[in-house]
Amino acid sequence: MMRRFSLLVRRDLRLAQRQGLDSLMVVMFFVIAVVLFPFGVGPEPGILARIAAGVIWVAALLSTMLSLERLFLTDYEDGSLELLALSPVTLEVLVLAKVIAHWLTTGLPLIIAAPLLAVLLNMDADGFWVLIGALALGTPTLSLLGAVGAALILGSRRGGVLLSLLILPLFIPVLIFGVSAVDSAIGGYAIKAQFLILGGLFVFALPLCPWAAAAGIRQSLE
Amino acid sequence: MAMIERFANPNRFLTLTRPLVPWLGGLTLLSLGAGLYLGLFQAPADYQQGESVRIMYVHVPAAWMAMFCYTSMAISAAVGLIWKHPLADVAGKATAPVGAVFTFLALATGSLWGKPMWGTWWVWDARLTSMLILFFLYIGYMALSNAFDNPQRGAKAAAILALVGFINVPIIKFSVDWWNTLHQPASVIRMDGPSIHPSMLWPLLLMAIGYTLFYLWVLIIRMDADVTAGKIRALRQRRVHG
Repeated sequence: MMRRFSLLVRRDLRLAQRQGLDSLMVVMFFVIAVVLFPFGVGPEPGILARIAAGVIWVAALLSTMLSLERLFLTDYEDGSLELLALSPVTLEVLVLAKVIAHWLTTGLPLIIAAPLLAVLLNMDADGFWVLIGALALGTPTLSLLGAVGAALILGSRRGGVLLSLLILPLFIPVLIFGVSAVDSAIGGYAIKAQFLILGGLFVFALPLCPWAAAAGIRQSLE
Repeated sequence: MAMIERFANPNRFLTLTRPLVPWLGGLTLLSLGAGLYLGLFQAPADYQQGESVRIMYVHVPAAWMAMFCYTSMAISAAVGLIWKHPLADVAGKATAPVGAVFTFLALATGSLWGKPMWGTWWVWDARLTSMLILFFLYIGYMALSNAFDNPQRGAKAAAILALVGFINVPIIKFSVDWWNTLHQPASVIRMDGPSIHPSMLWPLLLMAIGYTLFYLWVLIIRMDADVTAGKIRALRQRRVHG
């Protein structure tokens, strides 16, 4: 079971690596989306520092969205999803493997790029590690929730736009606690509660989202 | 369980519910008329809020119905997925637009009430914000159920989404409450006083009953239309394929 699981993860990673630019594009989108904000609200360091955590988190949400559409779609279109569904690995495990690969190719690069953007936005240095920690705890939840949406839109018209409509409202709790953790750290308050809740959301999503996404894939293959 | 199976036949369901339509329509108009008359003309004006308190009779039951419709949508989704009940999918699909309109009504009337009371059309108050997110959830459900060429696929996908959303509603509500208390102190005037005078309670209850009857009335009409549309589609396909 573990061997098959790691084979699935490695397959997706290799596919991402062969299409090399895709993963880089997501990070570029993340950087450009954040860089737009100083043009929008003005270059004043005080204002930028105040909104930095929120801007980085919202941009991270949108970048995650961007790559989710293709999570199952390419496999669905070329028929390999059906073959994977027939294999001895249960669909829930398949979803989990895909989510892990998705997080490694988008979530992780975002976390690496985030401190750089925090510097550009003049964020207080107290928030750096908290931002990284909150993103590390929050982005897996985003990938898990996104997998449900990606499974539901298989075979629909206008999948990409639809996906954002389905998933973005569900991202709001992660956004709230992620931003709040960073803001509290900069303000010098305790951040334990926010991290506990982010962890709770992740633990909650970990078993339920693969289950719901597998149900979605099953009805798309009927 | 036998009950559920008995009503699984759409035709039996329709012959049972069709005669109810005029009755439900009449009762809806009666209770809404009485509630509006009592609320807009008979109930006293509030000593603080003046005449604008009357918006409450339209607003509060709409907010209740927004929640009620989402709950019944999630229940139909669960019944449809677990027992593959053919009418449950139809009921969920028929409920969504009604719930979305109630949510919109609650948001719009809340905004109209906010302008004289708070001095602004919109406040990022916890309740308003969670209502807005609920509205987005309704829109997502409707968009998903209409996004497939095969309506049954759409119904199944939308049912899964409705259940995921239903689990998320309390989480969203909780996080919005947290977010709100962090960002701004609760300075808004709260509607929930210790008790409400009977002269205001009666119109409120009548309006709530009227809205519920309206929902049932429209639900049956929409389910009827959906089942009939399915039959027409099947007949057309049979003609095409000989």
